[in-house]
Amino acid sequence: MTSLRILVPIKRVIDYAVKPRVNATKTAVTTSGVKMSMNPFDELSVEESVRLRERNSDAVQDILAFSAGPAKAADTLRTAMAMGADRALLVELDEERPEESDLEPLAVAKLLREVVRQEGCNMIICGKQSIDDDSGQTGQMLAGLLGWGQATQAAKVEVQGCEVVVTKEVDGGEEVVRVKLPAVVTTDLRLNEPRYVTLPNIMKAKKKPMVKKTLADFNVEFRKRLETVEVVEPPPRQGGGKVDSVDGLISRLKELGAI
Amino acid sequence: MSLRYEVKRIYRDLLYLGREYPLGYDYFRPRCHRAFMNQADETDPEKIRKGVQQAEYVKKEIEALYRLKKYRALKQSYG
Repeated sequence: MTSLRILVPIKRVIDYAVKPRVNATKTAVTTSGVKMSMNPFDELSVEESVRLRERNSDAVQDILAFSAGPAKAADTLRTAMAMGADRALLVELDEERPEESDLEPLAVAKLLREVVRQEGCNMIICGKQSIDDDSGQTGQMLAGLLGWGQATQAAKVEVQGCEVVVTKEVDGGEEVVRVKLPAVVTTDLRLNEPRYVTLPNIMKAKKKPMVKKTLADFNVEFRKRLETVEVVEPPPRQGGGKVDSVDGLISRLKELGAI
Repeated sequence: MSLRYEVKRIYRDLLYLGREYPLGYDYFRPRCHRAFMNQADETDPEKIRKGVQQAEYVKKEIEALYRLKKYRALKQSYG
């Protein structure tokens, strides 16, 4: 069995329970003073890499949690280490500089490619999408850039020798994908149930190593390719109306041009 | 003596969990505190052990509650 060096990219996002608000200039959602936490799909990928180790402790050599974000993303990485990641790498972004705030999926994928090369990872388990931008592109782009196989939206992951067998949920059944290592796997909602981080584990995670870098340490071009035109809230849902009789229903349907 | 730390540990764990309680920490903490204080005079080790077991059970229930809440919210948005 190939020894696995797993990379788990993590994003710090607005907590799933918070209702996001659009800012006054309609350019983004407000993040100041809002509760932030780890992207739930990334929690799934941390949990899966830890479970891979628990199932076969010899196979997994290293679990590296990675994040690119503001300085506070360090807390998110600590959570990942409390769940069971061995070490963490944080690329600190300067939110004041427009080209560094809110990296695009392609930029993140290029950054991750450099990290993979430096750290010698041979398996990447990442969330299928983040719950803030919902791009769902990073994993696929990364696999393309590296020339690795990819298995997206995994509902079950099994490592067999130098292959990974991934089961995905598709309409009306399951699809099984077999990829050779090295590979990129992205996680779907029903892959596992992430463990709740306990207080003693958070304390222990403070002793695990975390390396901090900046974008300048990577030889990657971070030009913005996308332009946000406008951010608006979805229109409020319009309630249904009641009709009092069959005739009323028919006349209403005629009015709407349905019959 | 070690039983005393058992109780303190589970109380701390519960308070830590309570920080994310859906009805708020201000709802959770007094209730949790009351539940422990009601039995503060207990001296029978067997009964204390039972109480710790019950607290462990409540802890598991709260964890399950959080997990289910998150899963349902995500399922609604992402199927």
